[in-house]
Amino acid sequence: MEIPKDLKYAKTHEWVRVEGDVAYIGISDYAQEELGDIVYVEMPAAGDSYQKNEEAATVESVKAASAIYTPVAGTIKEINPELENAPESINQKPYQAFIFAIQFSDASGLDELLDAESYQKHVEQEKAGH
Amino acid sequence: MIAYLPHTEEDIKTMLVAAGINDIEQLFADIPRELVLSKPLEIPEGLSEFEVYRRMQALAAGNRVEPVSFLGCGSYQHIIPSAVAHVLSRSEFSTSYTPYQAEMSQGILQGIFEFQTMICELTGMEVANASLYDGHTAASEAAVLALNSVRHSDTILYSSTLHPFTRQVLKTHFSNLPVHLEEVPADNGTTDLEQLVERLRPGVAGVVLQSPNNLGYIEDLSGLADRVHENGSLLIVSANPLSLGLLKSPGEWGADIAVGDTQPLGLPSYFGGPSVGYITATEKLLRKMPGRIAGQSLDREGTRAFLLTLQAREQHIKRERATSNICSNQALAALATTVYLASLGRRGIREVAEQNLHKAHYLHGRLLKETPVLALHNRQFFNEFPVVLPKKVAEVLSGMEESGFFAGVELHCLDPLMPEEALLIAVTERRTREEMDRYVEAMKEALS
Repeated sequence: MEIPKDLKYAKTHEWVRVEGDVAYIGISDYAQEELGDIVYVEMPAAGDSYQKNEEAATVESVKAASAIYTPVAGTIKEINPELENAPESINQKPYQAFIFAIQFSDASGLDELLDAESYQKHVEQEKAGH
Repeated sequence: MIAYLPHTEEDIKTMLVAAGINDIEQLFADIPRELVLSKPLEIPEGLSEFEVYRRMQALAAGNRVEPVSFLGCGSYQHIIPSAVAHVLSRSEFSTSYTPYQAEMSQGILQGIFEFQTMICELTGMEVANASLYDGHTAASEAAVLALNSVRHSDTILYSSTLHPFTRQVLKTHFSNLPVHLEEVPADNGTTDLEQLVERLRPGVAGVVLQSPNNLGYIEDLSGLADRVHENGSLLIVSANPLSLGLLKSPGEWGADIAVGDTQPLGLPSYFGGPSVGYITATEKLLRKMPGRIAGQSLDREGTRAFLLTLQAREQHIKRERATSNICSNQALAALATTVYLASLGRRGIREVAEQNLHKAHYLHGRLLKETPVLALHNRQFFNEFPVVLPKKVAEVLSGMEESGFFAGVELHCLDPLMPEEALLIAVTERRTREEMDRYVEAMKEALS
């Protein structure tokens, strides 16, 4: 299970890469593996505004459909167009396949994210709980 | 009569020992004593097969089936080709429940696929599901779909000309949810579109209209889709599918979702059901459709095969976030519609629709000219129309029945706002000219 050190993570298994005032959001290697073959990603529209921790996308696999939450409030700057025709990219390269990028006005949500080490612990706890 | 317990005394003892108790009664220890039944149910002794047959015959003889029916308002007496009953009675279809190992049941999946395809063609829409319970629940599922598709929406506008049952189902469905239902009034029998457009505002997820509407009138939806879409809302049109053989389809009106009931296509009225709800939408809404969608593909040998391709909103996919509880469909009843449509074909449907239109207009013309009945409004209609009698409908119906007619539906008993003199008369292709002529004479007599 890969957990890159340079990213932040949410307890709900999103990864977050911050570039200036834009946060790129995807799902972790652990999340894609748990979901199985991803067949569809329902994405937000560029320009839509979201509250912190609001559901902004849905990732649907052959097993389940999971909500993707935005850790920060803001406006959708772009979505990953590749996922429309190739949702399996999330399985193949979870940390390159961002789902959406959100331009935030308030960075407060970022403080609540986990670093790679804490996320690793969180995943192990969750696994033990299964 | 024997009790239907499949276990022997020995089985029961073994299970009691394994459960660590002495008596079956102990299993029910949690049930308060006063709620436990302490004596046998008071039901009559069993009857022999012949006795049951004789009793059922006597009960059936009490049904009044002879009168010629002019009943409608959502459920109609149409001609049903015998091919429909023939296919439906095949045990492969009539005994099977919803296909759990879906792809094992190629025949059922093909039936569903054909149903979806023909419903799409009829409505002019892009995607249809395998069916829903009936037209009224289909309308409320369409409202759910709209609420789930339009961000930050919490309001559904619906026309007061929807069938009263549709309005009731909408109210029930959303009664404990944070959703506003707003009724748009009618103007002379059809939806007041000016009022409707005025009420469009942020937060409105969808607008639900019915055409032909509850009075049988055809709604003119020209330009409405654009106004609704400008507001970011969805247009939901409910339509009697038979009328679409002739009238402009929801797709042509620019609807985002079309719903309705396929009872007019191959299903008798029975005692009010079962019927079939259909829901169709634009491809954009595919992933938000309730229920299931069958698809066509190729198997590993390259032969055409069918599969259950999408159940995006169902509980085993969406889990606790499922947005619909509709997990089944009306497979057998939907198959009746499929066989009906396949038997008639494109031209046949058009011809049936034309006959409905012409016959209804023939009776309408004669009644207005030769009897004291008046038109309720001056509007275009398809195969049913409301008239106002010079006295209460309730006083006329039994006389008409004595003359051999179910004269129509008393609108007041479905909608208390309708006058007690309003009668809705439906005329299908099944009615002959001779029956209609006798109806006119009977009405003259009933009103004299």
